Amino acid sequence: MTRFASAFSKGPALVAFITAGDGDTAANLDALVAGGADVIELGMPFTDPMADGPAIQAANLRSLAKGTTTADIFAYAAAFRSRHPETPLVLMGYANPMTIRGGDWFAAECQKAGVDGIICVDIPSEEDPELGPALRGAGVDLIRLATPTTDAARLPDVLNGAGGFLYYVSVAGITGQQQAAQASIDEAVAQLKAATDLPVAVGFGVRTPDQAAQIARVADGVVVGSAFIDIIAEHGDNAAPHVEAFTRLLADAIHGAKEIAA
Amino acid sequence: MTHAPDSLRTGSAPQANSLRHQPDSRGHFGQFGGRYVAETLMPLILDLERHYRAAQQDNSFRAEFDYLLKHYVGRPSPLWFAERLTEHLRASAGEDLGAKIYLKREDLNHTGAHKINNCIGQILLAKRMGKTKIIAETGAGQHGVATATVAALFGLPCTIFMGAVDVARQQPNVFRMKLLGAEVVAVESGAKTLKDAMNEALRHWVANVHDTFYIIGTVAGPHPYPELVRDFQSVIGIEAREQILEAEGRLPDMLIAPVGGGSNAIGLFHPFLDDEGVEIIGVEAAGEGLDGKHAASLAGGRPGILHGNKTYLLQDEDGQITEAHSISAGLDYPGIGPEHSWLHEIGRVRYEPVTDAEALASFQKLTKLEGIIPALESAHAIAAAERIAPTLGKDKIIIVNCSGRGDKDIFTVADALGVEL
Repeated sequence: MTRFASAFSKGPALVAFITAGDGDTAANLDALVAGGADVIELGMPFTDPMADGPAIQAANLRSLAKGTTTADIFAYAAAFRSRHPETPLVLMGYANPMTIRGGDWFAAECQKAGVDGIICVDIPSEEDPELGPALRGAGVDLIRLATPTTDAARLPDVLNGAGGFLYYVSVAGITGQQQAAQASIDEAVAQLKAATDLPVAVGFGVRTPDQAAQIARVADGVVVGSAFIDIIAEHGDNAAPHVEAFTRLLADAIHGAKEIAA
Repeated sequence: MTHAPDSLRTGSAPQANSLRHQPDSRGHFGQFGGRYVAETLMPLILDLERHYRAAQQDNSFRAEFDYLLKHYVGRPSPLWFAERLTEHLRASAGEDLGAKIYLKREDLNHTGAHKINNCIGQILLAKRMGKTKIIAETGAGQHGVATATVAALFGLPCTIFMGAVDVARQQPNVFRMKLLGAEVVAVESGAKTLKDAMNEALRHWVANVHDTFYIIGTVAGPHPYPELVRDFQSVIGIEAREQILEAEGRLPDMLIAPVGGGSNAIGLFHPFLDDEGVEIIGVEAAGEGLDGKHAASLAGGRPGILHGNKTYLLQDEDGQITEAHSISAGLDYPGIGPEHSWLHEIGRVRYEPVTDAEALASFQKLTKLEGIIPALESAHAIAAAERIAPTLGKDKIIIVNCSGRGDKDIFTVADALGVEL
């Protein structure tokens, strides 16, 4: 069983996002695992994060201002993998830093560092040759995004070549802003689950344990990012205990939602 | 027939192995271009392409476009024989040297630059698609003013995203946009200049795709933008071709145009791409010099992915985008349209750098010799013409795109010359 399959087999999963190089990354990653996060998304900072709201934009700039490089990110990933052999690790970011040395180079580095999957915001299925074949060849899952604008006609293209889990972007918008109406999430998740065997995780705008629990009733995973970024922005290099405490609140809410539903 | 690059206005018919059939059906110019956007935008981009294909085949769309270009923009723009500039350059050239220089006067368009051609085309598309709100990004404010102008003409609410740094240094254009009824959003993220304005416009668009049309100002962004902006701007080259045939009875030997994103340049170049005898020069902004701060994506960058397309970008070894610099705000962008990247790689167009200092000198020279104050963007092309014309025979003909007027630049120029206004 892959790390993803294992992580999603235990019931609804907490998928936690932080930006690499923002704050004490290694300590924050450990705090996420200790607090009960099931899947980790590590953001690759980019100068031009077009799909992100103010919180993650600022995290990108803080990280780059400290001089974070792609080599640093793979070093974080490899060290994480040696400390946490079980927890799936995803790199999430934008096309240019991922493809600048070629898709094959990036896929090989992911494989070496023990990265399980990749989310690339600005490579839709139409541009799959840029990165998809290289990742699949290296055994790294390409995690695709579905959105409220992804209609039934497009969905098969989005799913073709997808792996790991399906990330449902619940609002047409940017990260960390408004939350979608629960009814629309329920409906969308049901449609996606009917179309794929991949676990479906829901993200964008999820900030509180209550929101997360609501989503966890129907989805296989809940993605939380900007709320963690806010904690790191507030506490800087000493954020880990706060990150762990908040992770525990979210994880309890999400994991408990399954028991109530059952 | 779904794919006719010149279907808006017809130039000479493309040949069998024409360079004018790009992009392919997926929006690629060779390895460049494409649709590198978030999934949320992808369905909208596909919808835009469908509507554009239908518009290309619709005579009433073309008729309305042509009507507005003629009666509102004031086209055709003249092709002016710059006799005093020509003679001035001949004076210091060798015997029988000094090509004849013509200027394509896009500076005489309504709003003072070529930008309006594209805005007219795109707002007609917006109307066709039933979109009720307009957004755009702007650097110096020229595209913002042109967009606010067409939004006023069509009575649509308009929001312009502009980097906070640019807002501070381009106050006259900010005020113009507000007078035209646009809301100007000062973008505080990133470096607070053009690329950040484009990021913010994309962020706004992704949250408002249902009712909002994004009028992109140059031949960049995701397919079909580079194609449709080129088609709307190709009126420049189509007219220039007719005008030079009338004036000289033959095609020119060379075209020269400034390139930031490259919309005025591709507009002039595209109808001539298949004319082998016409040499084509694009002029990149070399800023303080190619070993210093500059905006020459082809000379100093390499291929990468930004703002929806693959093209040459100024970036570091990790693919982080670096800041561009040019005295001309319209050229101050770390990328270039994907079709230019392709034309560069296949060698059809030669791209040459011109520095701030050279552009500044040519700005003054053209003003004094021809009584035409060119935009600093256009002054880059004039500078290249000054460099090249004296090396060509007197019987040679060069067309330079005077893409905009320089009134907007007088504060920048005064500052650079140490003059207090």
